[in-house]
Amino acid sequence: MHRKATNKTPAAGPAGPELVKAPDSSGDPSISTIFTAFLVIGATSFGGGVVAYLRNSLVAKQQWLDDKAFVELLGISQTLPGLNSTNMAILVGDRLRGVAGAAAAILGMCLPGATLMYVVALAYRAHGDRALATAGLKGVAAAAVGLILATTFQLGRRSFSHKYDLIFVVLTVLGVNLLHQSVPRVLLAVGALATVWYRPRKGDEETSGR
Amino acid sequence: MNQIPALIRVFAYLSLLTVGGGMAAFPELKVLTVEVHHWLTFPQLIHLYSVGQMAPGPNMMMIVSIGQWAAGFAGALAVLIAFFLPTALLALIIGRLWTHLAKWPWRISIQRGLVPVSIGLLLAGCLTMAKGAVTGWVTTAITLVVFAVLLKTRINPALLILGGAVVGFLALRT
Repeated sequence: MHRKATNKTPAAGPAGPELVKAPDSSGDPSISTIFTAFLVIGATSFGGGVVAYLRNSLVAKQQWLDDKAFVELLGISQTLPGLNSTNMAILVGDRLRGVAGAAAAILGMCLPGATLMYVVALAYRAHGDRALATAGLKGVAAAAVGLILATTFQLGRRSFSHKYDLIFVVLTVLGVNLLHQSVPRVLLAVGALATVWYRPRKGDEETSGR
Repeated sequence: MNQIPALIRVFAYLSLLTVGGGMAAFPELKVLTVEVHHWLTFPQLIHLYSVGQMAPGPNMMMIVSIGQWAAGFAGALAVLIAFFLPTALLALIIGRLWTHLAKWPWRISIQRGLVPVSIGLLLAGCLTMAKGAVTGWVTTAITLVVFAVLLKTRINPALLILGGAVVGFLALRT
C-alpha cells in the first residue's frame, strides 16, 4: 500500500523514492540487497511455481510489499508478454529502487538458472547421444508434458469466470494445432475477439467486481 | 556463419509471444529453431525444454542452451538479452503507467479476453510438445501419472520430473 505512492515519482529513477516512508522505517533496500534477494529466489525455486517463492520472499520475509500490492503486480505481470517471474522482478525492482532496482532484480533472478542451463548445454552436447541419457531424457520429457498440462489446467480452473472462456481456449488450440496458424496471428485474432466479447458495457461496474 | 543476428531476431520475437507463460511460444520456438534455422533437432529441443523445467528460476532458461549451441558464450548472452530486454522494458513502462490505465474501461476487457487465449496458447504449446514427447505407452503413462499426482498432491514437480528420468532410464533403454 505504502509503496503505491512510489508510482507517482517515476522520474526519480535509480535515486529511489526517498520521500516515501517505508512501513518498517528501515529505509529502502540497497541495490545489492535487491540483487541478493532475487538471486536466492532464482537459485532455490526448483520445480516451477516461482510466484510462490516470490511471495514468500518479498511479502513474508523482506516485507517489501503487502499481499494486496503483490496481487496487483502479479495481475500486471500476467497480462503483459514475458514470463510472470521476470515481469514480477522488473515491477518489484522498479518500485523499490527504480531502473537500477529492476535491473538488479531480473539479473539476480536469471543468473542461477542461466548458468545451469549453460552447463547443461555443454554436457548434453558431449553426452546426450548416449543410449542411457536418451532413455532418461525421454522420461523427463514425458514428465514435463504432464507438469505443463497440470499447470495449465490449474491456471484455467482458477481464472475462468465464464463458460464462454472455454470457447476461446478451443479456438486458440484449433488455430495453432489444427489450422497451423502462427502464434501471433492466433493471439491477435482470438485475443481481439475475446476482448470485444468482454467489451466494457454500461452497468458493468456492479458485476465486474465478481 | 555468424548466427548472432538471427539469434537476436528470433528470441526477441519469441519473447513477445510468451503471453501467459513460456509454453505459449513453444510452437513458434519449434518452427524457428528447428525448421528454419536448424540450431537443433526437435527431440533435442524437447529434451532441453524438459531439463529446463528442473532448473530453478524462470522456466525458459533453456534458451541459453540453444544460444550456446548456435554461437557459444556470445550466443548464450545474445539470446538472454534478446529474450528478456524487450519484455522487461515493456513491463517497466506499463508498470509505471498502470495506475493511469486502471481507469481505462478497455483494460479490463483486454485482461479478461487474454485469460482464455493465454490458456489456449499454453495448451497448444503443450500439444505441440506432446507430439514429440509422448510416443508410446511408457511415455503416455509417465505423462498421465505426473498430471494426476500434481492435481492431487502438493509434491515438488522437480521430484516428479526426476522420477520420469528414472522410469525412462529403466523402461526406455534400447
